[in-house]
Amino acid sequence: MSTPSSSPAATPAGGRWQRLRDSYLWYSFKRDRGAQLCLATLLALVGMALLAPWLAPTDPYDLAQIDILASELPPFWIDGSDPAYTLGTDAQGRDLWSIILYGTRVSLLIGFGAVLLQALLGVVFGLLAGYLGGRVDALLMRLADIQLSFSTLMVAIVVGAVVKATLGGGFYSDYAILMLILIIGLAEWPQYARTVRASVLAEKRKEYVDAAKVMGLKSRRIMFRHVLPNTLSPIFVISTVQIANAIISEAALSFLGLGMPETHPSLGSLIKAGFDYLQSGAWWITLIPGAFLVVLVLSINLLGDWLRDVMNPRLYKG
Amino acid sequence: MIAFLTKRLMHALLVMFIISVIAFAIQDNLGDPIQQMVGQSVPESEREALREQFGLNDPFHVQYLRFAGNALSGDFGTSYFYREPALEVIARHLPATLELVFGATLLIVLLSVPIGVYSAIKPRAWISRFFMGASIIGISIPVFLTAILLIQVFSIGITVSLFPESTAWGAWLNGLLSTDGGMPSFGRGQDLVPVIGHWETNLASLGGLTHLVLPSVALASIMLPLFIRLIRAEMMEVLQSEYVKFARAKGIGVRRIYFVHALKNTMLPVITVGGVQIGTMVAYTILTETVFQWPGMGLMFLDAINRADIPLIVAYLMIVGVIFVVTNTLVDLIYGLVNPTVKLTGKPA
Repeated sequence: MSTPSSSPAATPAGGRWQRLRDSYLWYSFKRDRGAQLCLATLLALVGMALLAPWLAPTDPYDLAQIDILASELPPFWIDGSDPAYTLGTDAQGRDLWSIILYGTRVSLLIGFGAVLLQALLGVVFGLLAGYLGGRVDALLMRLADIQLSFSTLMVAIVVGAVVKATLGGGFYSDYAILMLILIIGLAEWPQYARTVRASVLAEKRKEYVDAAKVMGLKSRRIMFRHVLPNTLSPIFVISTVQIANAIISEAALSFLGLGMPETHPSLGSLIKAGFDYLQSGAWWITLIPGAFLVVLVLSINLLGDWLRDVMNPRLYKG
Repeated sequence: MIAFLTKRLMHALLVMFIISVIAFAIQDNLGDPIQQMVGQSVPESEREALREQFGLNDPFHVQYLRFAGNALSGDFGTSYFYREPALEVIARHLPATLELVFGATLLIVLLSVPIGVYSAIKPRAWISRFFMGASIIGISIPVFLTAILLIQVFSIGITVSLFPESTAWGAWLNGLLSTDGGMPSFGRGQDLVPVIGHWETNLASLGGLTHLVLPSVALASIMLPLFIRLIRAEMMEVLQSEYVKFARAKGIGVRRIYFVHALKNTMLPVITVGGVQIGTMVAYTILTETVFQWPGMGLMFLDAINRADIPLIVAYLMIVGVIFVVTNTLVDLIYGLVNPTVKLTGKPA
């Protein structure tokens, strides 16, 4: 498949916008209602998360605004609701809509942060392994194999548990966002490394790399300036799936009590907090944040599926 | 073949070595065993003597070798909370987890093969499209949320009053969408049948089986979509191949082509991925067991973390490490045996 990013390395710097408008990617996006709907949903959720301080009627982090007497109020369509709280309140009396906005913000922040870290580690290691080959390749890929033979979730849970036990619960909660980004980032880099390595191996044999070598360019320059741009399209495709995975991993860690504290909740810790009240009939505290999480992850996954069909990179299989 | 076998076994040993070093490093850095044993009132000089006596002042590699030796003989120390050998505690919790994994695997195998094959043969049928759509939704719902939904619908029950109750069709639709609940969603229940040693089974009584249903469905829900999609993709690829076309040209019945010729070759990659996924299911058992308070290894591990029960954490890591390494090695070996095109020596292509 010829996509703009898989054309040979020397691309003109200008006119990127025009190239996007001319591309097959844009053409198929214009024709695909499903993809448009997913992107719109995703953008709406991201926008809501970014504008949370302005959209939210109350500030859930401000203890003075919380009314414990107004706890466990149902959402507006059920009898006994309070019009001040559209989606009801949680067990501490926090407005569910406000705290979901802030929670989505935390979930997205951790998801994007973790994927950025994964991509950084994976791209550097994948390039080194693929381009240099030999011992470096064997060592890095063996490491990736070992890590992948455990599930990434398992690695994240174990690392999270050990870090929490070492540093103590209080310290862990204070730096929870940073910790989760590090843990999920470190747990999932092998996916990127394998993908990048596979496409580097294919690119390495091409003539432009030989030409660059003959010209006497340094390996580092060839790797990052010439080979890397040609491996971008598979990176792009797996990034969508990885963001969805990172958000689910974060939610899982938070659900197990290894993630965001209840005072500064993500969608996962909201679900965990609400689960205790499920048996008493207050299903909305857990299921409404759950619905937001599912819609967020689903729209990213569907976009990823669409992107894979359109760009059709030779993803590393197995 | 011998070379391939040795290579895989060396790899497995290397992985176990790395896991044991990590587990030992955790044990070495977390908590002070002397503190756990003697409490506050013992003077520092006596503590130091105890440290010397237990070899806690020895260099890292000496202590590691002692740890590895003990671990090989099945001694992971004594759990702080249960006050009994860590391995014993794990042995008591293992059957619950294994039965949960067994239940989920059974569901996955029974459902994914027919659905995957059908949607590969008839990709345009509405039922295939429905399952493909459902599978992407399934992938997007985290396993603990599926579990919570199952509890809400089948254990607590839901009352729908969306349609007007006064009309006959409204009442009928409300009744159709509402559920009574009542399915057990907490623990393994009372009807456990002892089998041997620590193993009490849920599988031998009706009460035990009903307790197993919701947790198994929840655990299966995370893997089922992956398997349906995998089987469908592989089957579609196989149906494009020359030998299937040739079999068609020869006039062999479609049934025989699908289920004898094509399915055999579809299952090969499915077995490899499947073997590895059954290992990964261990991670998801932690989440499932937490929601259903299922007294297996996952719940035990989470409790051990919250209680900072280091020997139990270390023992769990080692046991889970063994489970992963053994399943992965077995899958590799089976694949090597079954698939003649795999290069048995040297680097895999």
